[in-house]
Amino acid sequence: MAEAMQERRTDYGPPHYEQFLPPVVKENYGKWKYHEIVKPGVMVHVSESGAELYTVRAASGRLISIDKIRMYCDLADKYCDGYVRFTSRHNIEFLTPKKENVDPLIKDLKDMGHPVGGIGNAISAIVHTQGWVHCHSAATDASGVVKAVMDDLIEYFEERKLPGKLRIALACCLNMCGAVHCSDIAILGIHRRPPRIDHANLKKVCEIPNLSASCPTAAIRPAEVEGHPSVEVLEEQCMFCANCYTVCPAMPLADPLNDGVSIWVGGKVSNARHEPMFSKLAIPFLPNNPPRWPEVTEAVRNLVELWAKNAKKYERMGEWIERIGWPKFFKMSGIEFEKVHIDDFKHAGLTFKRSTHLTF
Amino acid sequence: MADKLPNTPKLDELEKGKWPSFVKEIKMAAKKSPMCADLLGQLEKSYTEKVGYWKHGGIVGVMGYGGGVIGRYSALPKEFPNVSHFHTMRVNQPAGWYYNTEALRKICDIWEKHGSGITNLHGSTGDLVLLGTRTEELEPIFDELQKINFDIGGSGSDVRTPSCCCGQSRCEWACYDTMAACHDFTMEYQDELHRPAFPYKFKFKFSGCPNDCVASIARSDMSLIGTWRDSIQQDDAEVKAYVDGGLDIEEDVISRCPGKCMAWDGKKLEIDNSFCRRCMHCINVMPKALRPGKDRGATILLGSKAPIVEGALLSSVLIPFIKMEAPYQELKDIIERIWDVWSEEGKNRERVGEFIQRVGMGNFLEAIEVEPVAEMVAHPRENPYIFYEEFFEEDDDEEGDKG
Ligand code: SF4
Ligand code: SF4
Ligand code: SF4
Ligand code: SF4
Repeated sequence: MAEAMQERRTDYGPPHYEQFLPPVVKENYGKWKYHEIVKPGVMVHVSESGAELYTVRAASGRLISIDKIRMYCDLADKYCDGYVRFTSRHNIEFLTPKKENVDPLIKDLKDMGHPVGGIGNAISAIVHTQGWVHCHSAATDASGVVKAVMDDLIEYFEERKLPGKLRIALACCLNMCGAVHCSDIAILGIHRRPPRIDHANLKKVCEIPNLSASCPTAAIRPAEVEGHPSVEVLEEQCMFCANCYTVCPAMPLADPLNDGVSIWVGGKVSNARHEPMFSKLAIPFLPNNPPRWPEVTEAVRNLVELWAKNAKKYERMGEWIERIGWPKFFKMSGIEFEKVHIDDFKHAGLTFKRSTHLTF
Repeated sequence: MADKLPNTPKLDELEKGKWPSFVKEIKMAAKKSPMCADLLGQLEKSYTEKVGYWKHGGIVGVMGYGGGVIGRYSALPKEFPNVSHFHTMRVNQPAGWYYNTEALRKICDIWEKHGSGITNLHGSTGDLVLLGTRTEELEPIFDELQKINFDIGGSGSDVRTPSCCCGQSRCEWACYDTMAACHDFTMEYQDELHRPAFPYKFKFKFSGCPNDCVASIARSDMSLIGTWRDSIQQDDAEVKAYVDGGLDIEEDVISRCPGKCMAWDGKKLEIDNSFCRRCMHCINVMPKALRPGKDRGATILLGSKAPIVEGALLSSVLIPFIKMEAPYQELKDIIERIWDVWSEEGKNRERVGEFIQRVGMGNFLEAIEVEPVAEMVAHPRENPYIFYEEFFEEDDDEEGDKG
């Protein structure tokens, strides 16, 4: 028995990172002194020892084939002694102490179809989730919207012509696997139709008390429907969060007629200057219009350009809006302010304007 | 085999344009994997009908683990039989997402043999995600991963795979060794990571400084963000060089300082460090001139999450400053007390942040034996409905000692 246990190891954890560090990184670990952005997508870090480390950051689509990974590996072998790293925003980074490798590497990356950029006052890659490629819960696709938006905004990835950093994130439902709720611009898939209950099967696949308890607004009540023990949903109480669907497959919300995309703005996670902030609702609904989601790409571009034109240097989207005030933001953006912009969940009162500090 | 690819006019549209195309990637994989050909077919149908075709996840896994694999089944198995199973395996990434090509190539070989050939580098929690395989392939994949010393990550109500910024490996601002800490915590909590036993998920994210590159304050139940206690290290000659080089120090640095603790007299920059909020702005703008102080550690914050179930939260301060040195015992003791209380009293699918909202931060602190300090709040309470726990009675003696 002891042998059998030994044969199959568990819980050995990830490999230690040290074996994957390029020698120059290992030698200068904790000794980096400063860095400079050399040009779009390229920075150099300089160590106390004088050693230099060039980083080239390239875009990737996050959904990557093994043959593409092998192509990355070929580049890493050719230019970076066989080491490569990835960022939290799905970019790929090539690190090398050799300055002369930078330009040929960039050329090879571009030939491969991977633009270089996303460092400094630029748009970095869009953090995103699975969408129709792999998730049951999606109200929109993820990769497709991201591809369409970034094709359109590519100049802001490849150049550094924005007043500050701009972080865009996309989640295809309110589960927000990508936790988009603190982004300069968040693209969020939303459902707008209450769950369609599969009464005949509900009892077989779900526990009714758990299901009732899962609803944040207590909209779900046990009920017998068409002779089946099932539940009913008080539809006017439903806010389409899909908590019920997460615990019970017999409560699907996806619906081509009503699913779509909402746009939120002004969030940030960095502590630089202003404290971290949540994104706030700008555009309640845009339709799913694959393959290129033109309404979404246009809306995002308008927001980016409005901010770029009006913000002061280093001012993030949320800092800019806070300075000018939300009424001005709605006026300047031409986005209509509607009932749904006013919060009506918990703590909604904290979001009301409680002063006469108004601009006209 | 390319001629067997389904007709996908809508997806083909997304092969155009400058941003890397995921459609090209799936097609590349489809040359070798019939799974990816059916994936294209099903996805094209989604693009036409504007709805997804995946069924609710099922419970699948590898022996001895309770997490790390997400079951996925097509809702249209007759039409797209090769994606009737399309499970995901989360592989725990090395800290900082560094790889050598040897390791990456081995992972590719495993995935070519046993899966769809499509991956996410990386998933939003941080794992290297292998996207799409059949139930009967799970054990063989784990077997092969084991041979190259890669383990699987978390899923469900457990510790999720921790992640960190590149920290001291490349960043001069890292106030502690994020990669060492991330690896240490990942190893320490293997059991909690692989066997779901909590009310809901628990995420750790390690950022080396308040720039918070891994979004820990928004995306992790415990956010460990590097900071310093002493003064910003300042090189006056370099400050001057920035100004001489055209930096508008008044407008771009001083007027943006949230602590309003900086002054420039035309020659020298004065920082009143006792009012510095450790926001990083001035350091970000003048990396050659200013650096975080030398007495470094981390601020520990607790409780952030996305909206599901009760609304989104940002993490809030639990420990204003702690030294981040192995074996991190003081912190781990607190973490284990948090898990005890939350596991005992948390409701099903209640994140620790929501749990704190429900029971009250004060009560929670008492339960985990952490003293309340003013750094934990944006401001003290405004509402006078205070739950005092004791009161005097007429026959108490003068000290108020009962009995
Ligand atoms: S955000 Fe929602 S739809 Fe998208 S991957 Fe996560 S759970 Fe699935
Ligand atoms: S979608 Fe949300 S609000 Fe509507 S019934 Fe389900 S759990 Fe309740
Ligand atoms: S969080 Fe700070 S230390 Fe970590 S990579 Fe970002 S800037 Fe550097
Ligand atoms: S770190 Fe932030 S708060 Fe501190 S001096 Fe610099 S700008 Fe001001």
